[in-house]
Amino acid sequence: MIDALTGVLAIPAVAAVLLAAFPGYRLTARLNVVAALLTFVTASSLYVVEPVSGSYLLVDDLNKVFIVLTTFVGFTTSVFSASYIGHEIEIGHLTPKFVRFYHAMYQALMFAMNLALVANNIGLMWVAIEMATLTTVLMVGIYRTHEALEAAWKYFILGSVGIALALFGTILVYMAARPVIGEGVEAMVWSVLMTRAAHFDPALLNVAFIFLLLGYGTKVGLAPLHAWLPDAHAEGPTPISAVLSGLLLNVALYALLRFKMLLALNPAAIAPGPLMVIMGLISCLFAAFMLYRRRDIKRMFAYSSIEHMGIIVFAFGMGGALANFAGLLHMTMHSLTKSAIFFAVGHIAQVKGTQKIADMGGLTVTNPVLGWGLVLGVVAIAGLPPLGIFMSEFLVLSSTFAREPWLAIILAIGILVALGGLFMRLNTIAFGAPRGPTAKADASYVPMFAHLALVFITGIYMPAPLVKGFENVARLLG
Amino acid sequence: MLRGTISFDIAHLLAGSLVLVSFMQLYQDRLYALLNVYALHALVLAASVGWQAFVQDAPHLYLTAVIALVFKAIIIPTALHRIIVRLGIHREIETVVGVGPTMLLGMGLVALSMVVMLRVTAEADPLAREDLAFALSVVLLGLLLMVTRRNAVSQVVGFMSLENGLVLAATGAKGMPLVVEISVAFSVLIAFIVIGIFLFRIRERFDTVDLQALDRFRGERR
Repeated sequence: MIDALTGVLAIPAVAAVLLAAFPGYRLTARLNVVAALLTFVTASSLYVVEPVSGSYLLVDDLNKVFIVLTTFVGFTTSVFSASYIGHEIEIGHLTPKFVRFYHAMYQALMFAMNLALVANNIGLMWVAIEMATLTTVLMVGIYRTHEALEAAWKYFILGSVGIALALFGTILVYMAARPVIGEGVEAMVWSVLMTRAAHFDPALLNVAFIFLLLGYGTKVGLAPLHAWLPDAHAEGPTPISAVLSGLLLNVALYALLRFKMLLALNPAAIAPGPLMVIMGLISCLFAAFMLYRRRDIKRMFAYSSIEHMGIIVFAFGMGGALANFAGLLHMTMHSLTKSAIFFAVGHIAQVKGTQKIADMGGLTVTNPVLGWGLVLGVVAIAGLPPLGIFMSEFLVLSSTFAREPWLAIILAIGILVALGGLFMRLNTIAFGAPRGPTAKADASYVPMFAHLALVFITGIYMPAPLVKGFENVARLLG
Repeated sequence: MLRGTISFDIAHLLAGSLVLVSFMQLYQDRLYALLNVYALHALVLAASVGWQAFVQDAPHLYLTAVIALVFKAIIIPTALHRIIVRLGIHREIETVVGVGPTMLLGMGLVALSMVVMLRVTAEADPLAREDLAFALSVVLLGLLLMVTRRNAVSQVVGFMSLENGLVLAATGAKGMPLVVEISVAFSVLIAFIVIGIFLFRIRERFDTVDLQALDRFRGERR
């Protein structure tokens, strides 16, 4: 039986093998796009026909949102990646052999992320996230420069430690579930865990959640566990920065949300919300201030990702239907906007031959499409109306203000500080006298503007089915 | 205790030895010695997992024990030995923090894990309980080893002993499905491949595996 659920796993897995076998980067780049598109279409069909969940794979309203978002951004990024990689080969940054490896790894990453999202088993989910980490480590180090190796090494060490802590937490959850559910696979299955969570030993669950929060929190990029994130974003190929920011952070967040739901079902366990609120706030504030000291364009947007993950974790930590809705919307908008920004940044860095902000200038004059695309993206990410992020940030703030005004004020300060930092740098990059090479970019603008258009439309008008779907998930999240 | 005192005592002894060997790793200041102690670490783990397999009557755990014995106690130390020889870095390890403070920190971490785990698992069966406390100690000591060393090889050893702690925890959790044990072993394998590639590349580029050489670059300077 082949259903959509098997499809979202099988397509990238088969594609990864095929891409590793085929030579010629033009062919593999196209195949990569086709595979990503097929995965996206298959994932969308989950909304039409819902497959039956088994004891290893699971589909519900919560992970459908994540899967569709992941496969969509995975598809658009593969389109961007095709033109980006073409340029990298022309200027000799990458050899065809490495590109073959890169494409295979790209599909392996998509497979790992989809597996983490559909896994119905806490052990399987852990394995998938570990796999996603390892594939991205390899891709971050692909340029094999001094900087890329340092970034990959740092990412590898910190990511492994995070993953190790998460495994310890996973084992503790099993220990808590075992006396109630009994030994064996059943005690690691999400759908079983959720029905019996109220009877688990609360003390064990508490300790487990601390480990899971620290472990998966490292992968989400929450301060102070974020040290790997800016390096990995800055030194890897830009499509990978887009996927890291737009997708992998979400996948780790998804794992965290599942465990949060589990804890919420046990009345005697600690409330996971406040812990997440604190970590979210710290990340948001810290990253906002760090934006001012950035000299490297990709690092700057990496810190902006930390800030936004902070806001999202904060919103989910607050909980309740409205805050969850806002968090979910913010996560979607951030994924779309941040990957659009990285699409622009990738081409800009290729045109200018550098990532240093001081060596770029006047982009709106020299490369109007790219320049204005970036301006639009930054306006969106900074949370200005009428774009989608304004709406989600407004919802987060207003729902918080009704319950905890002080927290809302702190969060608002973080958002405003970040806005200042982003615009200060944007001014240097996009306006003023042109600096650096001014060659025309051989770019694919479609993915970037498609994302920005989606963000724009959502900011003005959200279709009723989307609202209903998000409300549904928000209720699930409790 | 509740059942077969001897079997409990032996499991206790082996898990405790693992913590002890973790401590021994902390003060090794030569790479060869560190690798030998790591091999001992993996050996004790294999014995402990094997004993758990016997006590719990769980044959699949023997597989985990064999993996620990063959892969972790023999293949990896040998391979790392070769890398060290080839790179010509078999002399001293630079420790960031001195031996004294490191040992004190290590004791603090063990005390912490005892306090945390024994308190929250008051109702679990005693074997699993003590195992978990020891496992957390090994994990934390592995972390400590990683942060106190600058050399890439000794960081890898720290990471691997951390993984050993996880295996101890997983086998201590009675009846934990095979999926996880294999995945743990498998992830170590993958991790090692990755590390191997990295070491190779690092050597290729800079002729050193001292991470301080890598740290020169901060990315933000003009």
